[in-house]
Amino acid sequence: MRRQPFRAAEGGHLIDRTEPLRFDFDGHRHEGYRGDSLASGLLAAGVRIVARSFKYHRPRGVWGFGPEEPNAMVTTGVREEARPNLKATEVPLSEGLEAFGQNAWPSVSWDLGGAAGLAGGLMPAGFYYKTFMAPARWWPALYEPLIRRMAGFGPAPSAPDDAFYAKRRIHADVLVAGGGPAGVAAALAAARAGARVVLADENVRFGGDLLRAPGEIDEGDGLDWIDTAVAELEAMSHVRLLRRATVAGYYDHNLLTVAERPGGEAPAGAPAARLWFVRARDVVIAAGAHERPLLFDGNDRPGVMSASAAGGYAHAYGVLAGRNAVVAGNNDSIYRVARLLRSAGVGIAAVADTRSGGDIRDLPCRAGGTVERVLGSRRVRGVLLRRADGRAGDKGERIACDLVAVSGGWSPAVHLHAQARGSLGYNEERGLILPDRPGGANRSAGAAAGRFDLDGCLAEGWTAGVAAAASSGHERPAGEPPRSPDRSAWEAPVFWQTGGGKRFVDLQYDVTAADVDLAAREGYRSVEHVKRYTALGMGTDQGKTSGMAGLVLLSEALGRPVARTGTTTFRPPYTPVPMAAMASGLIGEGRDALRRTAADDWHEARGALFTAAGLWRRPRYYPREGMDEEEAISAEVRETRAGVGIVDVGTLGKVDIQGRDAAAFLDLLYANRMSSLKTGRGRYGLMLREDGRVFDDGVVMRLGENHFYLTTTTAHQHEAMQHIELLLQTVWPELEVYATDVTEHWFAAALAGPGSRALLGRAAPELDLSDDAFPMMAVRAATVAGLSALVFRMSFSGELSYEIAVPADQGLALWTRLLTEGREDGLTPYGTEAMGTMRIEKGHVTHAEADGRTTPDDLGLGRMVRAEGPGIGKRSLELPALRRKGRQQLVGLSVIDGEARIPPGCQVVESDDMKPAPPLGHVTSFCYSPTLGRALALALVENGRARTGQTVYIASPMIDLSMAAEIVSPVFYDAQGTRLHG
Amino acid sequence: MLLIPCPFCGARDETEFAYGGDAGVERPTDPEAATDEAWTDYLCFHDNPKGPHRELWFHRDGCRRWLEVERDTWTHELGAVRLSRP
Repeated sequence: MRRQPFRAAEGGHLIDRTEPLRFDFDGHRHEGYRGDSLASGLLAAGVRIVARSFKYHRPRGVWGFGPEEPNAMVTTGVREEARPNLKATEVPLSEGLEAFGQNAWPSVSWDLGGAAGLAGGLMPAGFYYKTFMAPARWWPALYEPLIRRMAGFGPAPSAPDDAFYAKRRIHADVLVAGGGPAGVAAALAAARAGARVVLADENVRFGGDLLRAPGEIDEGDGLDWIDTAVAELEAMSHVRLLRRATVAGYYDHNLLTVAERPGGEAPAGAPAARLWFVRARDVVIAAGAHERPLLFDGNDRPGVMSASAAGGYAHAYGVLAGRNAVVAGNNDSIYRVARLLRSAGVGIAAVADTRSGGDIRDLPCRAGGTVERVLGSRRVRGVLLRRADGRAGDKGERIACDLVAVSGGWSPAVHLHAQARGSLGYNEERGLILPDRPGGANRSAGAAAGRFDLDGCLAEGWTAGVAAAASSGHERPAGEPPRSPDRSAWEAPVFWQTGGGKRFVDLQYDVTAADVDLAAREGYRSVEHVKRYTALGMGTDQGKTSGMAGLVLLSEALGRPVARTGTTTFRPPYTPVPMAAMASGLIGEGRDALRRTAADDWHEARGALFTAAGLWRRPRYYPREGMDEEEAISAEVRETRAGVGIVDVGTLGKVDIQGRDAAAFLDLLYANRMSSLKTGRGRYGLMLREDGRVFDDGVVMRLGENHFYLTTTTAHQHEAMQHIELLLQTVWPELEVYATDVTEHWFAAALAGPGSRALLGRAAPELDLSDDAFPMMAVRAATVAGLSALVFRMSFSGELSYEIAVPADQGLALWTRLLTEGREDGLTPYGTEAMGTMRIEKGHVTHAEADGRTTPDDLGLGRMVRAEGPGIGKRSLELPALRRKGRQQLVGLSVIDGEARIPPGCQVVESDDMKPAPPLGHVTSFCYSPTLGRALALALVENGRARTGQTVYIASPMIDLSMAAEIVSPVFYDAQGTRLHG
Repeated sequence: MLLIPCPFCGARDETEFAYGGDAGVERPTDPEAATDEAWTDYLCFHDNPKGPHRELWFHRDGCRRWLEVERDTWTHELGAVRLSRP
């Protein structure tokens, strides 16, 4: 047998006959050519049943030519390589391609589920809603898995997709959606005018309808004209051409997404798919039109095909969709298709035109005739033709054929126009939904605007291109628009259906004309409700072929004009976009910028394990030979408390505040007073939100009369700066204050522990470190380890401690010099775990406690709030809700069992009976304290301070855990603060 | 996605900005003198109109200025954009 029995001896401008490709479909080896789509390859090989339908598992073949395809749903690849729910018309053939028809087991041609087709009458519209009602407890175990198995599409891949996907963002003066005659003419006009143009088309080759049928432009072949124009565009540096790229979404302010899928054997390094974000000043929508089906009994059988697609397979691929065709329709395009098929070698059994009078002598015409019924079940064996006007006594005519090419007229692709919130109008006379007023800077041209003749498309495209370029100030280009002698308008009277039987409206979701009728009889009026009830138009083709038919049927059933029924909402995307392309850049490594402190190289060389803190990475701890995680962290704590440790605090937010009113502003910014600070001294400060909750905390240092340096937490550095700018720019613009984010300017490290004074004394010999000369909360400029630095005496660990800040480019030098100097002191670098353990031991709060719900008083910091003054948030503290009794307060929890460890996510409850009960509160921070030899927690507990001394339970019902703990002061260690002095 | 014409930086994507809420909310000049009701009105009760809305946007990844933007919450059409001043 010939490898490609349905390939014509010649013809096919998209294929390269010198390069045969082998591919597998449902385990059978076939052959096609480079340039084929999977659909054309399957047709050439004589494969007619490509998939099974969604609900009835009826055999289905190829219906369309592109993204409108409702039937030929396939999965390519297996297991982790599986790519489900692709349209065979959109999959380019590649060497070794493996594809499978969907919705069938064991195969599309012999499918067990097909038995459902025999019982098809039992599954009307709303079947699932009506059948799977009660009992509700059957849902998870029975109904849902059953429906999923019955109704599923292709299988999800079994492993993450490791292919490369990409996104790009570009700007353009004019985006042209669609590269048919109108789109290319528009792009040419706009580009010649000098506009930056992006022209995107879903096909591998520009040409649109000219790919499917020949036409004449400027006294030559139409496709040749397109090629010449594309070559001219390609040579212009301000033009970008995107092939196999579908304009999928139209969003606010003329942002459009374009899904590019090179497909097949993309060049090495090219992404499997790329999502473009194009911000365009103006958009030309030249998206073409979709051919409508005719509704007759069996219009879903393999072998019934869109007429333009049948002609297209012959013209573009040299593929015969059948040997003997009946062409049927209600408009002049069927004659073009009949001639194309005939010249490719397909026998024309009959051409049935529902209109009377359209008799063409060289074709076997049946004027005023239409298809009533398809003969054959697994594939078309013939048709029954009848008179379209339903004249009595018409017995009909049986005609044998294996291809029924149908055209019910054309629906302009108004999707992008409608997505942009442009209004639509129904033209009763022409039976077309057409773009009306545009929503945004866009214009529709060509078939998308209802122009079906080639000459009109060219003229309208050209005009649209000129106008779109003018939006960005470009003058009308020289030259005339291209012309064509083709002025044949494919006007089609609204004529949809004949007879009874199974007349499918939505082929993908198996919605029949009877289903729409039933929905109307059951009281559905809104087209949106009918869509959801019947699932019409909800498939991956989004009703491109079915939408209009459904609309007309519903309007007829309700006895009202189509214009009153209206359309369902057009939402992006126009065609499915791979999730992986959407997720590109949002997952995995490279999702976020990584901020590293100046000493990061040292941490990495030392083998630190890192943790994320906002965009920063910080060492969690430094692993040690022969120690587990808790032992290593405990060693860092012990060595710091007994000797001296060093921690990288370069990630803290740092703000430089200057200006005549700096002190006054800080009194407004912080809940406590800052204007009373003396130069050279600092103070711990609380920032509140306007609603009285603690927003952030940090230290404010006064460096000069009108010069302050403040720190924010690592987590809130951006929000704090935004907050400061809001107050300065909108609330108190009269204040002369300049706030500068200097987080990146400074590196800082803290020396902590009783040994820190001796070490710093050697590193900064001219600095007097005595308590009198350099007291707590003082700041001094000094030379440390040979570097010009600011030294703050403050403590987060509870030990004698100094924070040393140097310009960031000297951070690594400071860090390494201090470590060298500290070798004789046993200087221990410690990470965020040890830092967190020491701060819990000291009861210092972080964002786990200041969680956006707590007031200063809740956190035991109420005394810090200055009573008077208009500072941010203070008025709110007087509101009854924030003063009431019974609020949760910060307490310490000392776990009684010394061996116990606290897991994350624990509640605090009154009883250990593990019965559901409202918790008293929750654990906010926890650690194992090597200093106290037990697990500790900070917790927010209802009336917590009054419960000091009580025993409560730390509970995690998820893991059936409960442990007793005593409520104590949150300051577990050195409550008197004697260790701050070394 | 909005394209916001920043008076300093030119038209920029919405992703460069942070939203700051209703620009029409006036902070009481003397918070201590405000009644609880007036204060909670200021804190919590803001208009949520369908249609034109004056609102604050912070050009976080640009000039770091707070802008007052007129935006139609129904169509997302932008009107005047200017520096925010009370």
